[in-house]
Amino acid sequence: MGELTVEDMMNRFGLELIAGHAGIHKQIQMSDISRPGLEMAGYFDYYPAERVQLIGRKEMSFLETLPAITRRKRLERLCSVDTPAFIIAHGEEGPRELSQLAEEKNIPVLRTDYKTTQFSGMLTNYLVGQLAPMTTVHGVLVDVYGVGVLITGGSGVGKSETALELIKKGHRLVADDSVEIRQVSDNVLIGTSPKLLKHMLEIRGVGIIDLMTLFGASSVKDDKRVLLAVDLEIWDDKKHYDRLGIDEEKVEILDSQITKLSVPVRPGRNIAVIIEVAAMDYRMKRLGINAAEEFTKRLDQAIADNAELLDEEERD
Amino acid sequence: MVEKTVKVGIKPGLQARQAALFVQEANKYTADIYLKKDNRQVNAKSIMGIMSLAIAKGTEITLITDGIDEDLALQNLADLVEVEQ
Repeated sequence: MGELTVEDMMNRFGLELIAGHAGIHKQIQMSDISRPGLEMAGYFDYYPAERVQLIGRKEMSFLETLPAITRRKRLERLCSVDTPAFIIAHGEEGPRELSQLAEEKNIPVLRTDYKTTQFSGMLTNYLVGQLAPMTTVHGVLVDVYGVGVLITGGSGVGKSETALELIKKGHRLVADDSVEIRQVSDNVLIGTSPKLLKHMLEIRGVGIIDLMTLFGASSVKDDKRVLLAVDLEIWDDKKHYDRLGIDEEKVEILDSQITKLSVPVRPGRNIAVIIEVAAMDYRMKRLGINAAEEFTKRLDQAIADNAELLDEEERD
Repeated sequence: MVEKTVKVGIKPGLQARQAALFVQEANKYTADIYLKKDNRQVNAKSIMGIMSLAIAKGTEITLITDGIDEDLALQNLADLVEVEQ
């Protein structure tokens, strides 16, 4: 589970703090958002206090219809200790009582200029992404022809060097050395770089380089869906490597399965080119063109034809 | 250099997976290994070469090995393709 504070959310959307400054380090645990209209009308049975509470124009104009005492009572109940924050849409101030009560209970009240529904969508996407299950993988994530390729392998096998060559060929780096992978939905893994390492690449003998300054904005990407894992390993004569590509190997990251290739490394094998081809072949397979399968069919047909010839010869 | 002619017993023939297994076995030996069908000879350590012959069950092929472990290689590879399935 990722960790997310109200302050992170404020920074992401440029929200303005109206009250409750003391609570900006509160954690947000739920990706769902609540619009507390029914609660304002007095129905608190299923009040999801632990969600971010989003207040739009409708809720505000309804509050104004309530007698002052009722309004205060209900707003008091809304200000639960579990509530991470209130957000007022349309750039409005929101009810004064809410700011006062929230200030007392250290719940931040924030303001956005966006419309309620629009902001609700943006916020949900953001929260789902941030609160999704997360893991960190030792490897390099590169966007190759639109396919997110996660290059893994032991230390010193040449992951970063391979990435550098891919970038020189016009592909884009997402993360070097440590890739943060979030599962945003079933079988959808999104990889990003830890903030500190963003755009950086470490090359033995040279040190840390900044790709953005060296190669420009086209050489980097902030996040990318991970579709293919390529595991680099030092060539082992005793090991059998896939020659046909008929069987797809999978690797499990979080709860998702992704296609994995084991690529042996040895002098004279240009790994960057192999990864480019692997990414293109992966795309072709997803488009329904499977070279290995086509070839197998062709071979099976040829064998069947030859078997028939043999039968005929025997009969003669 | 030694050679042996055998009849392929694998059914329905050396399809992709069986060819891969055969080549994997052949690569265990240091000897040079060739496979001959009719008048076409290929390197038995190369999978594309083996598959290009489209060898069906019942085909007669000749295995040729040349090197320190040529006898062992010949025996084991012959056994591998001859076995009836």
